[in-house]
Parts: sequence; C-alpha cells; structure tokens
Amino acid sequence: MAILTCNNLSKRYGSVQALDAINVNIEPGRIVGLLGPNGSGKTTLIKLANGLLTPDSGEILIDEMKPGPETKKIVSYLPERNFLSTWMSVRQLLDFFCDFYADFDRERAMAMLSKLQIDEKQRIKQMSKGTREKVQLILIMSRRAKLYLLDEPIGGVDPAARDYILQTIIGNYEPNAAVIISTHLIADVEQILDEVLFINQGHIIRHSPVDVIREEMGKTVDALFREEFRCF
Amino acid sequence: MRWDYHNDAPIYTQLVDQITRMIVSGSLPPGERLPSVRNFAMEAGVNPNTMQRALTELERNGLIYSQRTSGHFVTDQSDYLEAAKTRLAAEAANQYLRDVTALGYSREEAEKLLQSVIRNVEECKNGDSNL
Repeated sequence: MAILTCNNLSKRYGSVQALDAINVNIEPGRIVGLLGPNGSGKTTLIKLANGLLTPDSGEILIDEMKPGPETKKIVSYLPERNFLSTWMSVRQLLDFFCDFYADFDRERAMAMLSKLQIDEKQRIKQMSKGTREKVQLILIMSRRAKLYLLDEPIGGVDPAARDYILQTIIGNYEPNAAVIISTHLIADVEQILDEVLFINQGHIIRHSPVDVIREEMGKTVDALFREEFRCF
Repeated sequence: MRWDYHNDAPIYTQLVDQITRMIVSGSLPPGERLPSVRNFAMEAGVNPNTMQRALTELERNGLIYSQRTSGHFVTDQSDYLEAAKTRLAAEAANQYLRDVTALGYSREEAEKLLQSVIRNVEECKNGDSNL
C-alpha cells in the first residue's frame, strides 16, 4: 500500500500552473529522488504533502489520509529554508521536538550531535550555516516517521558535509518508511536513490527505478536528466 | 577503503565488483564477518536496498554466505576465491587487449609488448636485488 498517493493533483498560482493533474504512488521502504529544474513544481508537491498548501483539484493522500494533524504525526519534513529559531539552544530544540513529536528519538539525536561535537548549550545563532543544516537534518531524521520529505537537504553545503548528510539519511530512516529527497544536484544523490521522479513544468515526465535507467538505457540518472532537460 | 561509482553500470554491479576485489585481494579475508547491510551501505554511501541486492549477487557467486541470525561472512572455500580471481584477471587481460588494439596494434604486437613489459619489470627487480 502506498504511503503517498496523488490523484489528478493540480495546483496553480494565478496564471502559473505549478502542478497539472499529476498521478503518483510512492511505496514504503524506498528512497525517491524528486528531480527537476528550478520552478518545476518540486517544492509545491512537498508543501501539498505537508498541508501547507491545498490542492485546487484532485487529491493527495498520506497513508490514505488527507494532510492534517494525523498525517503530521507520521511525516517528518525538512523545509528548504532554515526553520529553527536562532535564539534557541540545542537542548531547547530537543525539548521542543520531544514536546511536538511522539516519535522523536531524543537519544538518537543526542548521539549524532555528540559525534559532531555539538554542545547542547550552543545556540543556533552561534553556528555556521553548514552546522545549522546538519542540526536540522539530525532533528528531522531522529523521528521514527513513515514518510520523510527532504526539500533540498544538500543545497548549500561543502562535499564533506554532503557525505555526512547522505550517510545520516541512509543510517536513520525507518526501514519501512519512504524518503523523498528533492534536489537538482543529481550526481550527488544518485547512489542513494531507489527510484526517481522527473518533474518538469508541473508534469511527472518519468518515474522509474535507478537500476532500470542504468541497466536498460546504459546511462546515469544525471546524464539522462541533462538530456531530458536540455536548455537549448 | 574508497568507493567509486563513476560509470554508467547499475550501482549494485559496481558494488559487486568492488567487494569482489576486496575479497580476492584479501582486504576482506576469508571467514570475515561483513558489517550489517545498513552499516555496509552507509560505509559505501549507497542505498541499503542496493547493498542488499549486491550481497545477494555475491552470495549467488559463492563469495559470501549468510547465517540467518548473525549476518554475512566471506567464504573460506578457496575454489570460489580462485574462480573470482581468474575471472577478474581475465577481464583485466581482455581490457589490455582492447586498449592496445584500439591504438592500432595487432595481437602479435600486443603479445610482444606485454612480454617486453614483463622482461623490463623482471630486469628492474634483478637490478634492485644486486644493489
């Protein structure tokens, strides 16, 4: 049974059709790359899944439920922007996540933070951009969720931090949960994906396993993406 | 250990290839217990499902075996290790032949070149031992 389902899902902003009647099923246990150029509809889809936007027509279902308080219990969402209050300390954030999410595993988060030698008394505003992104990801991946929605998790970090982030994702998602990673840095995430969704101008133009692309087309996902989204 | 995924082949076949090399070269010695699928996947920077697929393939080749409760182990049966070694060596030899014939060498020239390379290596070695 799919953990995320879209049935003829559409969303428009004024005259811009952000998503145009898309149909998608995401099964549990898969790491899925949501790949597309800027403005293709990636973030719109993720925000619809979180209930931050509502569909104009069609529906989106999480574990067969419409987005709402019940689905927020099982969805762990990493927004593309920094969402932590910068005055808060790490300890306050841990308290905050414990209060908000019944599935938050504080010990797991603390183990990861101490490995990075991040002091619990440290405040977010004292951290570099890279460290903030790592702390955000640690908090998000320490929930025992059924669906992880990660919007551009490797956007602004150096290659070493990127490896750390990918390892953290692999090492912490629940085995029967699904992970959706939106990014345009395909070569960097390709090796951790089970399957890819190519999205362009509000349409899903491809949904296939990475192995199939490599085996049957003899191409990396990155090479295929460059072909299908050629700008000239 | 460095893991590389640079070519167009499926990731799991590249994993099978790299783990086979570790086993044949002895960096994963016979009888060694492999990390859990998830930890091995983290180390290699790949999806756990992909690592599982690679391990299944290695098991089919007889290079590793699994025990229900305690995980995967490198085989200690030398015939499987020998077979894998021979296969990898034959692949390397084929690659050599493809590379030099692509440069315009005949097979005879390729063979002579290889022999002269071997002679050079041996002379260098002998030279070292005379010092």
